[in-house]
Amino acid sequence: MNPMNFIYLSAILFVIGAVGVVVRRNAIVVFMCIELMLNAANLAFVTFAHMNGNLEGQVIAFFTMVVAACEVVVGLAIIVTIYRSRRSASVDDASLLSR
Amino acid sequence: MSGSTVIFWLLAPMTVAAALGMLLVKKAVHSAILLAFVMINLAIFYIMQDAAFLGIVQIVVYTGAVMILFLFILMLVGVDSSDSLVENIKGLRPTAIFTGLALMAVLTSLIARATTGRSVVGLEEANFEGNVQGLARLLFRDYVWAFEVISALLITAALGAMVLAHTEKSPEARLSQRVRSMARFRGASIGTAAGLPGSGVFARHNAVDVPALLPDGKPSDLSISTVLSQRGDVQETKSYALEGLPKIDEEDSK
Repeated sequence: MNPMNFIYLSAILFVIGAVGVVVRRNAIVVFMCIELMLNAANLAFVTFAHMNGNLEGQVIAFFTMVVAACEVVVGLAIIVTIYRSRRSASVDDASLLSR
Repeated sequence: MSGSTVIFWLLAPMTVAAALGMLLVKKAVHSAILLAFVMINLAIFYIMQDAAFLGIVQIVVYTGAVMILFLFILMLVGVDSSDSLVENIKGLRPTAIFTGLALMAVLTSLIARATTGRSVVGLEEANFEGNVQGLARLLFRDYVWAFEVISALLITAALGAMVLAHTEKSPEARLSQRVRSMARFRGASIGTAAGLPGSGVFARHNAVDVPALLPDGKPSDLSISTVLSQRGDVQETKSYALEGLPKIDEEDSK
């Protein structure tokens, strides 16, 4: 099977994630869309590793997973902190600076 | 058609559909479940491409740890935190979709131009002593410095989350029973001084999802948990009314 199909799938998933970040307003769903984008990039890394016969793509994908885990931990802690003070998880409600 | 082709064309449309569904469903919990499905499919794709270690790590770390973390936060923030899908910036959604399609065109055309026509090497040579061993050799020899830095990042993130999520509760802030009792009687209304009404219809049904009847026959919203009403799991009290008795609503309409 042509491994380019995986690259196209990864591009589609990345775009879906990017659109989701813009369109959705629940901060948790926005976060999940960011995770989707990271996963799409990981799929591209793994596919390139397979295409080029080189394991370094998999090492970078592994690092991406660790960074994604860190990002989720800190991001969700920020969401919880914001929710505690504002009783809302919508990204549009945190607009104190625009007023 | 080889087995991997069949698996790909079986799973790839489902993956894209689940990812699209993630954007379209209203409740955040459903989005989380769909994302977990996408991640399991990605793990299968990794294993198909000779990345067995990453596939297992994907399942353990993403669908195991990260998605559970998401679900925990959803429970903390409340199951009712579904957001309205009404756009409040005008023209945001068409613009976002158009830009997304443009981005997809750019990405696919660029990558296709850069990589089509090249022969696929495959990982048989790199994986000759096992995928884990090959990865470990790279990780602990060539990338050992990056590995150390990323472990520092992980510890920093854990500390940051602890600092952010920690709240100091003073002993005075904890209300005693006496204070709560006095506050109930000195509040704006004395109606709930004896406690909130229990759920259920007298002598017919006492489940928690059936609102109690007030003396005038109306169901009482106070008698059921707010979580149940937000989830829409509240039963109609009228369906448990005794037959043959005059219905309150009918009397009102007369």
